[in-house]
Amino acid sequence: MAGMGMRDIKRKIKSVNSTKQITKAMELVSTAKLKKTRDRLEKVKPYFETVNSAIQDILRNATNIDHKYVREREINKSLYIVITGDRGLCGGYNINAIKKTLEDIKDKDKASFVVIGHKAKNYFAKRGYEIVEEYLNISEKPEYTDAKNISRLALNLYKEGKIDEIKLIYTEFVSTISQVPKMLRLLPVSKQEDEKAEDREFKYISYEPSPGAVLDYLIPKYVESTLYGALVESATSEQAARRIAMENATDNAEEMISNLVLSFNQARQAAITQEITEIVGGAEALK
Amino acid sequence: MASTFQLEIVTPDRKFFEDEVDMVIAKTTEGYAGILSDHVPMVSPLSVGVIKIKKDGKLLKATCAGGFISTDEDKAIIVTDAAEWPEEIDIKRAEAAMKRAQERLKHDSKEIDVLRAQIALNKALNRLRVSKGE
Repeated sequence: MAGMGMRDIKRKIKSVNSTKQITKAMELVSTAKLKKTRDRLEKVKPYFETVNSAIQDILRNATNIDHKYVREREINKSLYIVITGDRGLCGGYNINAIKKTLEDIKDKDKASFVVIGHKAKNYFAKRGYEIVEEYLNISEKPEYTDAKNISRLALNLYKEGKIDEIKLIYTEFVSTISQVPKMLRLLPVSKQEDEKAEDREFKYISYEPSPGAVLDYLIPKYVESTLYGALVESATSEQAARRIAMENATDNAEEMISNLVLSFNQARQAAITQEITEIVGGAEALK
Repeated sequence: MASTFQLEIVTPDRKFFEDEVDMVIAKTTEGYAGILSDHVPMVSPLSVGVIKIKKDGKLLKATCAGGFISTDEDKAIIVTDAAEWPEEIDIKRAEAAMKRAQERLKHDSKEIDVLRAQIALNKALNRLRVSKGE
């Protein structure tokens, strides 16, 4: 802080203080929002888990099903559904999800995107990736219809053969201090490796009217519900990430202010000392 | 007396129902199916219709906007897009949805929209029927 006059320091304190007020306010806002989306996540989870376990049960028991959504194809084009936020100031939340996506892409021409949130859109559009569709301003408060629209679009592309696999990138909400970007392959549906599954005995399940018809209905449902679950989970993660980022920013601002106040006081002390020295010096000279 | 089993109905935004019941009747794509305790494990899609739940001699009714049912010996799970008790149904909204769907069926020619409008019409009619206690 050397070389800064008292007035400069004062101005700096003022500006840091107003930044601090903003970050503090944002922290409080995301704390409130986090609570709301977390409640929502709790409600969504049973649905999401039920659909998922039903699908896994079927796939496990019906090993020789040849179904259009289960069959592996040669991959000429992958569709990535990337979920990010619309706004920044949330630490690494957006960029981590984007990085996770980039890790998986080997050939730019073989990838196309459905982007959710301004951040993903800006990133991928700027770098010339193929964007099929963008969904903006939904990531903070995702509705079930959003998930429905997205899955309808993706499934249609898949049915038409324009894409050969669908991958979903979202941010898992582990806890309020930890959010991890995750990638999940939605289609073709694959069995999840699950240790418990090995012990479970084979069970005869009847499918009315037929396994194929059940899968016809169930897999689109699975895509839909997984998407919805991922949207809500990402929204929760975003708020949690923002809360942490803003908390850190507020702490940093406080630290900066205390340092600045210290240098301000030092400068003031120095000025007073100098003044006294001058007065004493002047008085001495008059003698 | 018939033994009871666990019934769970989940929708995307809540756990609609969870309790021991005597019987549940749901409309599968193949027609109405009554499910009692010790049912064979089964999975079946549901169409738009009514879910009837028999519990302690009382009959509860709820709408069901399509989904699927999965049963096990001692448990049945119904997963649906939307479910409502008769008193929860917003009649005005259902009527508006019915009119909208009817309009659309008159004018639209695109195949997908016809299908969607028909489903919407079915859902609206179903809600209205249940709300009137039929």
